Amino acid sequence: MAEFLLELLSEEIPARMQTRAAEDLQRLVCDGLKGAGLDFGSARTFATPRRLALVVDGLPATRADVSEERRGPRVGAPDQAIQGFLKGAGLASLDLAEKRDTGRGEFWFAVIAKKGGPTAEVLPGIIEAAMKALPWPKSMRWGSGTMSWVRPLHSIIALFDGKVLPGEVSPGGDMMPVRFGATTRGHRFLSKGAIEVAGFNDYVARLRAAHVVLDPAERKQIILAGAEKACAAAQVTLRSDEALLEEVAGLVEWPVPMLGTIDGQFMDVPPEVLTVSMKSHQRYFSTARNDGTFANRFVVVANNVARDGGATIVGGNERVLRSRLSDAKFFWDQDRKLTLEERLPRLRDIVFHARLGTQADRVTRLEILAEKIVPHVPGADLAQAILAAHLSKADLVTGMVGEFPELQGVMGRYYALEEKLPAAVAEAIGDHYAPAGPSDRCPSAPVSIAVALADKLDALVSFWSIGEKPTGSRDPYALRRASLGVIRIVVENRIRLPLGKFFEADDLMAFFADRLKVQMREKGVRHDVVDAVFALGGEDDLVRLLARVEAVQSFLATEAGRNLLTAYGRAANIVRAEERKDKTLSARIAGAPDEALMEQNEEKAVYAALAAVEQRVGPALASEDFAGAMAALADLRAPIDALFDKVTVNVSDKPDLRLNRLKLLNQIRATMDKVADFSRIEG
Amino acid sequence: MTEPSARVVPTCFQELILTLQDYWARQGCLILQPFDMEMGAGTFHTATTLRALGPRPWYAAYVQPSRRPGDGRYGDNPMRLQHYYQFQAILKPSPTDILERYLGSLEAIGIDTSLHDIRFVEDDWESPTLGAWGLGWEVWCDGSEISQFTYFQQVGGIDVDLVSGEITYGLERLAMYLFDKKSIYDLPFNRTDSEVPLTYGDVFLQNEREQSAYNFEHADTDMLFRHFADAEKECGRLIERRLPLPAYEQCIKASHTFNLLDARGVISVTERQSYILRVRDLAKACCETWLATQTAKKAA
Repeated sequence: MAEFLLELLSEEIPARMQTRAAEDLQRLVCDGLKGAGLDFGSARTFATPRRLALVVDGLPATRADVSEERRGPRVGAPDQAIQGFLKGAGLASLDLAEKRDTGRGEFWFAVIAKKGGPTAEVLPGIIEAAMKALPWPKSMRWGSGTMSWVRPLHSIIALFDGKVLPGEVSPGGDMMPVRFGATTRGHRFLSKGAIEVAGFNDYVARLRAAHVVLDPAERKQIILAGAEKACAAAQVTLRSDEALLEEVAGLVEWPVPMLGTIDGQFMDVPPEVLTVSMKSHQRYFSTARNDGTFANRFVVVANNVARDGGATIVGGNERVLRSRLSDAKFFWDQDRKLTLEERLPRLRDIVFHARLGTQADRVTRLEILAEKIVPHVPGADLAQAILAAHLSKADLVTGMVGEFPELQGVMGRYYALEEKLPAAVAEAIGDHYAPAGPSDRCPSAPVSIAVALADKLDALVSFWSIGEKPTGSRDPYALRRASLGVIRIVVENRIRLPLGKFFEADDLMAFFADRLKVQMREKGVRHDVVDAVFALGGEDDLVRLLARVEAVQSFLATEAGRNLLTAYGRAANIVRAEERKDKTLSARIAGAPDEALMEQNEEKAVYAALAAVEQRVGPALASEDFAGAMAALADLRAPIDALFDKVTVNVSDKPDLRLNRLKLLNQIRATMDKVADFSRIEG
Repeated sequence: MTEPSARVVPTCFQELILTLQDYWARQGCLILQPFDMEMGAGTFHTATTLRALGPRPWYAAYVQPSRRPGDGRYGDNPMRLQHYYQFQAILKPSPTDILERYLGSLEAIGIDTSLHDIRFVEDDWESPTLGAWGLGWEVWCDGSEISQFTYFQQVGGIDVDLVSGEITYGLERLAMYLFDKKSIYDLPFNRTDSEVPLTYGDVFLQNEREQSAYNFEHADTDMLFRHFADAEKECGRLIERRLPLPAYEQCIKASHTFNLLDARGVISVTERQSYILRVRDLAKACCETWLATQTAKKAA
């Protein structure tokens, strides 16, 4: 068994592309190996800022002969199909194919024998094909070449069983081909000259000696351990940030985490601003004091072991941070010179959407919506909600949000607090974009709820009105997220909001229903129960709708519920079967049965039970006592069971009696369907 | 082969320029002078925009005064200018060792890579007005951006024949880093031990104040709108006459006039896009016409 090692060394690969590229390389090479009939043990890939590496273990030194069978068209098929088959299988004529009876007729078969041979012979082709197919998100040409790669490609290690594979990749133009070899380079600054490797273990060890940690997982671990150690020494704790860690691990081949200090003059700038500035501009980690508050230390991860122990690097980073934060502090100081109210006119210059007007128009709509929503939100102060809606977008024209768009809302909240606006208004400004996703916090303060709902409902209604509805693959205005946001706010805070009052479009309500179904399914609610309740239609109060779903689901979990469902099914099946035979039947059995025509006690008992249940179900539903409605339905079970035991519905010689009995069954269905469409429940 | 340099590590703004010129001259670059018209970046120089197109190799380096009217701060902001200098090197086709050559230029200006942390951070470059884009990096030194590095892929909407490697140094920012100054205006322009030592502020502070006032308050917008229309028209006329070089100058003029109008705040958000597209159309036409002259000559 032998090992195959591949390394593609290039100029610096964007951090965000490395992981995916390594996965793609592995997939493509492994597919190539399988396609060549090669079995192997394990395959692993690694990425650093300058290289993709792949090692495959357990490959055979030679490939056995393989024969592949291909089924062709039916014997006697049109010539076109026959020719296609011959061409595909590489056969000169039908004489080389076999006729076989498959049991479904006679078909042509081609048996293609592939000669085995040294594995090393097929590997170069697999490498070249994988490199051609590797889907970089963005790739480029360089020099006079025509080849595309993420950045200029410099060298290729291609070793099988310790020997260099023959082959090369040509960038085209006047450029020298990149020949397969056994050499690579180490760290850009901490290593000089070429490194020759004999196999994977040797490769990893020699790279390490040349200051390259090949495995991104190990680099992450080194960063975390080093950062935590440095933090502990300074009595702060690292604020973990998985996305940042992933990115930083893709920026360094030899990570050296170091601790820097934030200049004290910036510590009164809101911590969110400091964190965003450090992260998005500088890729620094922030730290916290023991009480969880923002600490004045940051972690920078260098890619170099400096001969002064890193003092210059830390000093340089502190300096650049100072100038970054001077900008941020400048915005913080400047922005507070105008009130949010004074900024509003500038919203007239910001187009929200070409067909939906400016942000100022949007604010006007939000105020109107907030006013309509407030009566449905217990404890929400109307004036505060309107004020919060009025000022909700003002921070879009502040310097800080211009620089850091991700701080929208957050800055509005700070500026509102600085202006001494009511805390509820400030919080609502800060909260009104939330929740931004399933893991984001959901507003819970009354004024926040009103404004956050207004923001999302406006987006939905507005984009719907201009026909910008999301499709399966396209949702550029994040309307799915907006509707899920509405659902979460309404459901988690139990807000009794009649959604129908806010939009006219039926398909928008249906869009909500779909989102709600998806969400409930994820929470483990039975989808058929959801369907059964949704099928009733006309319900635009999500809280009431969910209460009903829950009641039906718990009812169906009881024995009484299951039996009643069976009874419902029998009643419905009989009616349906008869309806199929007689198209006019539906209309004739629509009304109430006639008690005078009933012959057996069981019929009368069901009739009486239905009447009693109807008396209870109506008020129970009206008062949203869904458990009560279910309990009432449960009383139907015994009389219905008795009915099916003792009474024959289709009495052929008494048409009137038969019709009346079908009416009774239909009535069972109708009564139960008032609670949920039980026909949609799967038994 | 490159010859050794007689230059020492720069200690002031002008020595930084001299060192870079000397270094890139030794890499085989023509040392050109600034283009004598207002432009937003060194990329607009014909030595980059037009020469990046066509089949002929081209190595050049030059300083380009760059004007960004909207970045004026009346001399109040220690880190922002409406007029600043870029140093640009363009190597077409990009040689295999271009990154090593670039790192050599850092050593030449006194950045010791055994003390600093140099990083290549993804930054794809795009110029909507030039219809140009490329892939490359921002180069960071201890977290500070000290250069932009781009492999041009398209210019004027045309795929390039040979890929140029373009290196841009923002000279003021780089000098602030090298000479450890918090304000641009404190940078030593010449050596502090010169007979007449002057700072960047001595040379340019008044200019920043006056030009900011012009850009934001006094530029005659009616006149500028006329200039834009005239330049656009003239450019089109010259394209018809197959004179890409003069036509391109009108394109540059239109682009800068647009930047001035933009700084005056008289172009709305929706108009803005259409102005950018109008300039891009001019640039595209110039590039296409220029390319035709290049291909024709090669054939002959």
